[in-house]
Amino acid sequence: MIAPLVDAGVFSDSASLLLALAIGVAFGWALERAGLGNARKLMGQFTLTDLTVFKVMFSAIVTAMLGSFWLARLGWLDLSRVYVPDTFIVPQILGGLIFGAGFVAGGLCPGTSCVAAATGRLDGVAVIAGMLAGVTGAGWLLPRVPALFDATPRGVLTLPDALHISYGAAVFFVVVVALTGFRAATAIERSRR
Amino acid sequence: MSAPKPYANPYLAGAGLGLVLLAAFVVAGRGLGASGAFIRVSEHLRGGGGPWFDWIVVEIIGVVAGGGLSAWLAGRWRVAVDRGADRSASGRLAAAAGGGALMGAGAVLARGCTSGLGLTGGAMLSVGSWLFIAAAFAAGYATMPIVRRAWR
Repeated sequence: MIAPLVDAGVFSDSASLLLALAIGVAFGWALERAGLGNARKLMGQFTLTDLTVFKVMFSAIVTAMLGSFWLARLGWLDLSRVYVPDTFIVPQILGGLIFGAGFVAGGLCPGTSCVAAATGRLDGVAVIAGMLAGVTGAGWLLPRVPALFDATPRGVLTLPDALHISYGAAVFFVVVVALTGFRAATAIERSRR
Repeated sequence: MSAPKPYANPYLAGAGLGLVLLAAFVVAGRGLGASGAFIRVSEHLRGGGGPWFDWIVVEIIGVVAGGGLSAWLAGRWRVAVDRGADRSASGRLAAAAGGGALMGAGAVLARGCTSGLGLTGGAMLSVGSWLFIAAAFAAGYATMPIVRRAWR
């Protein structure tokens, strides 16, 4: 039997929803324990006083990336059946720019706004309300502008494909970038104290 | 009530978060997400069909439960507005709503947010995810000087 387990027929639909709940609980728990339900802590990333966002995000990416890489190597996980977000080059660069500006204006991202709200923070509730308005407005408008919304589609495009390197080489490259970033983050935090 | 416990070591918390993401890959063949749940709720509010409680909406209900429980057990649960020292609560809430609306628009255009594109697509080495991460951080640093006074 090869994972993903849902594809392998291990779980019924209702059991998979229970798993979604359990995974969500663990996700929210990890974000809260890291301090990422706190807008002031998140914004330390952008004032360069507290680089927790970078450290948490990149250690999570590296852990999941190495785990899935080695499970696939061992033949226990079929990577081709794990969801990879489609690439739309222009929409994702432009969307990322809009998102990043909104993140720093609002102080919390979508997932962390849910944690903030769940821990009693009213700014988290305000971000959630704004998000709902934003996705509703953009969800109505953007599909009517396909020249922008559907521009530069590349389907499932991964770094190894785009750079013409092996999957393992791309994994190694991301690990090196992350470790370099961790050293830089520590140095920046020291210099700001 | 006793003083709130300090936050966890960021690398340990990050590795834990990474194991949760890996579990989602192994169990469900999909990663974590957040903006997708907002889009589903928005579709329902506009009268869209389909089940209310699909994977992503149930996952976000879990995030709320897990985040709230963790904060409560650590003595960090309190009603407050997290803001800079010289910013009014109402000003902070208005900025939060405005920033949320911008993020919503950005997430629809990019087809994801820091969770679905950043964590999930980042770990799966999606090119679009890494472009999104780079653009979001760049715009964050470009925006901070404009709003910096609000975060002192």
